[in-house]
Amino acid sequence: MANITLDDAPAGGIALAETSRGTERLHRAVFIGLGILLVIAPFVVYPVFVMKVLCFALFALAFNLLLGYGGLLSFGHAAYFGMAAYVSAYAAKVWGFPPEFAILSGMLVAGVLGLVFGALAIRRQGIYFAMITLALAQMVFFFSLQTPKFTGGEDGIQAVPRGYLFGLFNLGDDRTLYWLVAAIFMAGLLLIYRIIHSPFGQVCKAIRDNEPRAISLGYRANQYKLAVFVLSATLAGLAGATKAIVFQLASLTDVHWSMSGEVVLMTLVGGLGTVFGPIVGALVIVSMQNYLAGLGSWVLVIQGVIFVICVMLFREGIVGLIAKKIGKPL
Amino acid sequence: MKLKTLLATTAFAALVSAPALAQVSIKIGVMNDRSGLYADLTGEGSAVAARLAVEDFKAAEKGLKVEIVSADHQNKPDVGSNIARQWYDTDNVDVITDVPTSSVALAINQITKDKNKIFLNSGAASSDLTNKACSPNTVHWTYDTYALANGTGGAMVKAGGDSWYFLTADYAFGHALERDTAAVVTKNGGKVLGAVRTPFPGTDFSSFLLQAQASKAKVIGLANAGGDTINSIKQAGEFGITQGGQKLAGLLVFINDVHALGLQTAQGLVLTESFYWDRDEGTRAWSARFAKAHNGNMPSMVQAGVYGAVLHYLKAVAELKSKDPAAVMAKMKEMPTDDTLFGKGTIRADGRKMHPMYLYEVKKPGESKAKWDYYKQLAVLPAETAFRPLSESECPLVKK
Amino acid sequence: MFELLGIPPQALFGQVLLGLINGSFYAILSLGLAVIFGLLNIINFTHGAQYMMGAFVAWMCLNYFGINYWAALLLAPIVVGATGIAIERLLLKRIAHVDHLYGLLLTFGLALIIQGLFRNQYGSSGLAYQIPAELRGGQNLGFMFLPYYRGWVVVASLVVCLATWFLIEKTRLGAYLRAATENPTLTQAFGINVPLLVTLTYGFGVALAAFAGVLAAPIYSVNPNMGADLIIVVFAVVVIGGMGSILGAIVTGFSLGLIEGLTKVFYPEASATVIFIIMVLVLLVKPAGLFGRAA
Repeated sequence: MANITLDDAPAGGIALAETSRGTERLHRAVFIGLGILLVIAPFVVYPVFVMKVLCFALFALAFNLLLGYGGLLSFGHAAYFGMAAYVSAYAAKVWGFPPEFAILSGMLVAGVLGLVFGALAIRRQGIYFAMITLALAQMVFFFSLQTPKFTGGEDGIQAVPRGYLFGLFNLGDDRTLYWLVAAIFMAGLLLIYRIIHSPFGQVCKAIRDNEPRAISLGYRANQYKLAVFVLSATLAGLAGATKAIVFQLASLTDVHWSMSGEVVLMTLVGGLGTVFGPIVGALVIVSMQNYLAGLGSWVLVIQGVIFVICVMLFREGIVGLIAKKIGKPL
Repeated sequence: MKLKTLLATTAFAALVSAPALAQVSIKIGVMNDRSGLYADLTGEGSAVAARLAVEDFKAAEKGLKVEIVSADHQNKPDVGSNIARQWYDTDNVDVITDVPTSSVALAINQITKDKNKIFLNSGAASSDLTNKACSPNTVHWTYDTYALANGTGGAMVKAGGDSWYFLTADYAFGHALERDTAAVVTKNGGKVLGAVRTPFPGTDFSSFLLQAQASKAKVIGLANAGGDTINSIKQAGEFGITQGGQKLAGLLVFINDVHALGLQTAQGLVLTESFYWDRDEGTRAWSARFAKAHNGNMPSMVQAGVYGAVLHYLKAVAELKSKDPAAVMAKMKEMPTDDTLFGKGTIRADGRKMHPMYLYEVKKPGESKAKWDYYKQLAVLPAETAFRPLSESECPLVKK
Repeated sequence: MFELLGIPPQALFGQVLLGLINGSFYAILSLGLAVIFGLLNIINFTHGAQYMMGAFVAWMCLNYFGINYWAALLLAPIVVGATGIAIERLLLKRIAHVDHLYGLLLTFGLALIIQGLFRNQYGSSGLAYQIPAELRGGQNLGFMFLPYYRGWVVVASLVVCLATWFLIEKTRLGAYLRAATENPTLTQAFGINVPLLVTLTYGFGVALAAFAGVLAAPIYSVNPNMGADLIIVVFAVVVIGGMGSILGAIVTGFSLGLIEGLTKVFYPEASATVIFIIMVLVLLVKPAGLFGRAA
């Protein structure tokens, strides 16, 4: 009952299992296209905006790893994203860590948090799993609210120094920082792509599709699930830590449950269980928030409407739909 | 497509009009809460106030071309700093004004300093803006926690409310309010009997109110804001706490909150503001114009502050015929301020705007003769005693 | 622990009572969630928004039509329940065949829409709703001053909770309902209109939320976000109680209100977190929740 992709996204999960040579070639083309776009983007669009999209795209990719390939819908991913943002901001500001170590420490903490929460949450499935992750994330939210010495309370950790990468490159410059963020994003994407197509990824999909059978084949399902959970949390942490450096700010917004909802929305819009869907979803939702910001609370309504439309008519998402049209998984 | 045409036309218009007159064009960004808790207090009303300032200054006749844009920061520092960056980096905004919610204001304060622009804050309460976090690019106009604590705390002790118990929202801002007020209370010879930290945001305060009641303190200080304040005042009425003789002191309550609560519930509440629409002839006339432009709502002190700050900024720019931030800031601090809403005043080296504060008590339903007739004035605090003296300042801009 | 000595027993008793009052809200809301979950197998994320709608309908009744509190107490659940029925018929029914997690996502989206619309219309500083004249004032119980209205809240919610329990566990309609929960296909085969039962159940669960909303209107401020934060706590209550039984939802709701109330005295800073901490502890010991059946 936990495998949300099973009955609805045939283009994604199942077909991916038989990655043919043609698909491989297609994916390579998509990667190259993405690379070119990343190089051109900062010259065409406001670089800070592109960096925001990339951070959220990575966050959505991490979330999708858990949902699309682990079959687990987490409604509390903001916890890892936000906690990593706090840790990396704190490390950079208070301990004077260089940015690369600040980001790494954020990631590490998110991974540990993922291990603890994952161990608790994977004991249940489906809706229970979603609610447990939500409630656990809410604990992180209250923790952040009540430890102003660490998180700065409602002010957040502000004026985080961007610092010098490897002591050489001044990240205070938006362009320089952009290349770092683009590199982090690409590395994250490639890693996730590798995970999905590794034997480990195949086992995860087997568990997602039929857990009892996978167990009877001798796989320890819970260990695999926990591993995906930790990987997903760590990568979400990478996204959050990077975002803290980009915006020089880590705040309660990053750990609030509406952030967990947003990442679900991004993935849903882009296409659950597709490799590239979350990127498209993040682009759509972040642009919408950016360009419709003048509409105030109508943005909330529009997001809700997109949610409903996606669930009712459009369960494959944008990329899932394209994949179905061209008959190849994306 | 549509956006493109729009951009093209504005660009064209700018090309045509700009070189014709040797004028200074200014873009003012009104950033505040347009959908959340402080939307009534700030929101569109602040943009209305800014437009009134441009109108009253007759900016066009003086060679200033002023454009006003506005945005909703949703009370989130990340949303606010995002908008500010984009405004400064790509939209050529020169000045950001209003910005309620201290956390957002502190973020904008920092960005404005980094980008060397000007920040005219009216909406935020944190006194850090002109203290620890003070910036050469920031003016803090309307009020701050120090003045509120001083006004309400000091005056109530003098009026006999010499034992206090605090209901403190458990976040940095609530703690700061409690700390500042407690200091004032003890300085004036009062006693603080205790405090209870309430989870933030909260809905049910009855348990905490009972603890406050049991303390037998004469005054219950509400060191919270927005919905928390409204709920705690409401529930204090319900549990008969005010009828029992204890007084409620709102440390961050605005006229819009009183309006939302209704006089029946809010009566007797003591609070401090720097502006009340019904204070004199000038404020009444201006407020009537404001109400006409804003669905009949009376202005809050924050909206009045946006008017005052924008007006003073325009004066400085017109005087200099330049919008160079450093020069304008120097001019603003050098020129005395003068407007119908706040009277004559000054801006101190640390960016603090100096004007009197007023202590009000909310009227009983029977005493109110018209809509929005809410306050009776208890005391006036001159600027020098209302705000933090420079001798206590931690601001590096202040030379001692 | 020895802070206990600092608290006089009477004050403690007062706090217990206040805890029970808050527990009433948890109980009604988690009961509604449990009823819906039982038959539809979805977690109704819109529940918080529907609770808020209940309060708003009561406010509208009074301000637009001059309908008083008592009538609103009956009317608001009917109106909001009707919108619930529409949601079930138009939306939820159509995705009943796909994974139930989509139901969660759908109701989450609906909650965003409803909250956004109310925020646009009414702002978020909150609206005033007075306590009905009959219940103003209170009684000094010696150990505390109990406002009549709070007393009424406990009584009303207890009655509603027990009536619901009775309806589901002891009546013929309840028997159909339980049968449909157990095996919808077989129940349908016996000539019982299961789709209708599903629709009505959703409407009923939603009506319970709206009822809680009307109860809350006079004491908490009526604002569009009133349900959003509460619902997350109620989710935790539901996880602790488990989804197994109706009685479980009621008992857990009241007892967690009680525990939260006591935390407010002994360690007020933790009172927002205590329910989540209990949730983690319960999950460690009994993953299915206190009253839940193992999955």
